[in-house]
Amino acid sequence: MALLDVEELKVEFPTRRGVLRAIDGVSFGIEPGEVLGVVGESGAGKSLTGAAIIGLLEPPGRIAGGRVLLDGKRIDNLPPARMREIRGRQIGAIFQDPLTTLDPVYPVGRQLTETMQTHLKLSDADARRRAVAWLERVGIPAGAQRVNAYPHEFSGGMRQRVVIALALCAEPRLVIADEPTTALDVSIQAQIIELLKSLTRDHGTSVMLVTHDMGVIAETADRVAVMYAGRIAEIGPVRAVVKQPAHPYTEGLMGSIPWIERKVERLRQIDGAMPRLNAIPPGCAFNPRCPHVFDRCRVERPDLLDAGATRAACWLHDA
Amino acid sequence: MPDAPMLEVDAVSRVFDVSRPWLQRVLAREERLSLRAVDEVSFAIDRGATLSLVGESGCGKSTVARLVVGLFPPTSGSIRFEGQSLSAARAQPALRRRMNMIFQDPYASLNPRWRVRDIVAEPLRAFGLLSGRDAIGDRVGELLRQVGLAPADGEKFPHEFSGGQRQRISIARALSSEPEFLVCDEPTSALDVSVQAQILNLMKDLQQRLGLTYLFISHNLAVVRHMSDQLGVMYLGRIVESGPAEEIFSAPLHPYTRMLLAAIPDLDMVGGRTPVAGEVPSPIDPPPGCPFHPRCPLANARCRVERPGYTPTGDVLVACHAVEEGRTSP
Repeated sequence: MALLDVEELKVEFPTRRGVLRAIDGVSFGIEPGEVLGVVGESGAGKSLTGAAIIGLLEPPGRIAGGRVLLDGKRIDNLPPARMREIRGRQIGAIFQDPLTTLDPVYPVGRQLTETMQTHLKLSDADARRRAVAWLERVGIPAGAQRVNAYPHEFSGGMRQRVVIALALCAEPRLVIADEPTTALDVSIQAQIIELLKSLTRDHGTSVMLVTHDMGVIAETADRVAVMYAGRIAEIGPVRAVVKQPAHPYTEGLMGSIPWIERKVERLRQIDGAMPRLNAIPPGCAFNPRCPHVFDRCRVERPDLLDAGATRAACWLHDA
Repeated sequence: MPDAPMLEVDAVSRVFDVSRPWLQRVLAREERLSLRAVDEVSFAIDRGATLSLVGESGCGKSTVARLVVGLFPPTSGSIRFEGQSLSAARAQPALRRRMNMIFQDPYASLNPRWRVRDIVAEPLRAFGLLSGRDAIGDRVGELLRQVGLAPADGEKFPHEFSGGQRQRISIARALSSEPEFLVCDEPTSALDVSVQAQILNLMKDLQQRLGLTYLFISHNLAVVRHMSDQLGVMYLGRIVESGPAEEIFSAPLHPYTRMLLAAIPDLDMVGGRTPVAGEVPSPIDPPPGCPFHPRCPLANARCRVERPGYTPTGDVLVACHAVEEGRTSP
């Protein structure tokens, strides 16, 4: 059974000019120990999907439909106090900017012990011992001294290591990592991805990795979901999605990335831009930019259809 | 001199004073603190070519960009634009209009209270290149068309455009004084990949059509490979390897360049790359000798004390003792 099941999730923002539907019927599952990558461009709804699962939607955003199940139990309708127990204990979170995740006025060790003691029954001494062990596990040398240091005394890469320790220290079964390496330099990014991979593998933790960087997904994820305008355009094993994309948007996205291994004279470009939430076209949201568009795409919205190795929301694959 | 480089940068350094205010410094009995952001950097760009500077945050690449357009003067060394020293060239409007800059953040580099037509026309007015509403209006329309926008977009304000369209407006503004040389500081770092592809293609088209010369600054090696003829890899204010881009990408010599290339996520998913330990040291207190030695797998005693000069290897210049001595494994 899947560890996490998201069924027909819908997220809305009521505004003065009407309700904006930012996520419109997203469904996927994550198996125990699996890394699911979620990619898309800004505004595609990938971060909101993560926030909705973990119960951290910023008001006035709200879940307007669908269900989120963890281990077969619904978690999308829990009262805030129950959700707080799940957050940290069952689901850990890593965000893009380590400085806003860490509390600047407490030493990192205290933030770790507080998190662990909230969720696990531990004595002060045990919690402290574990905090030091976690700092060393995430590659912070001299953990015993650094445990008393404040977040500002760490560099960006080291801070993100602390954030990873914080997300994993209560041994959650699922980690939602939202752009965990976007704020970091490439050499540090490689270290952090490697760390996240090895720690989650050792603990059998499932990961939902949200990022705009296809390279990070290609190296890390088992499966990948490509989002466009609040829906999943394509989902499938990472190799299939990268090498033989079935959705024209995925194909365009892959062609537009400059690859380091080969040089092309011109990048493939998708003309235009993703539609705004208040102007999503009828039918398939990608139809105005799609090179293969035909009449049906303009009126009828496709759901995910079998497309060889992957599933793609595209009428080209309607058998 | 048709064969002379468009821009020559010769042993340029820039030092910033990062001391605390005078009174605090005196009370705490501290010395002045200085930060050597750019340290004896030299390169030359041929007319119509693209030279890219690549490196991680804090390596000084953006400072070089600002030195080259004259936003601040170098502490030492010389910059020559078309054979004239930059300070002399900046004094003549006729030369000054021939270089322009595109910035990273299209949200911060356009005045939100100005209409797009005024933003694009500003260099025309500032240099007195055209006069009369109609002439300026026609030229602005033509510039907007050139970057893939409609002339009618000139009536709008920047907030009505997406990030990619705003970057097109910045490019139109940069092109309005008919420059030959553009400094592009991370022009696509704030954009999504599909929009980045549009902007990179546009920049290449414009380069071919107008014969532009680019100094391209980026941290993204894949983008740099796509855009460059020549490449300079920077680390802690120094260029550690420079030469033809294709040669460096196919056979990187400096351990830092090799590390940067290895750190890029692998899209072919072969895996097995080795992440490098350590982080960039503080530029306020750089390590002695070769600045890369604390992270370098090939470092030996000489690297810790003696700063490497440049060793020519084919067309490539490398600042590394290990390469010079032919040591390739630790």
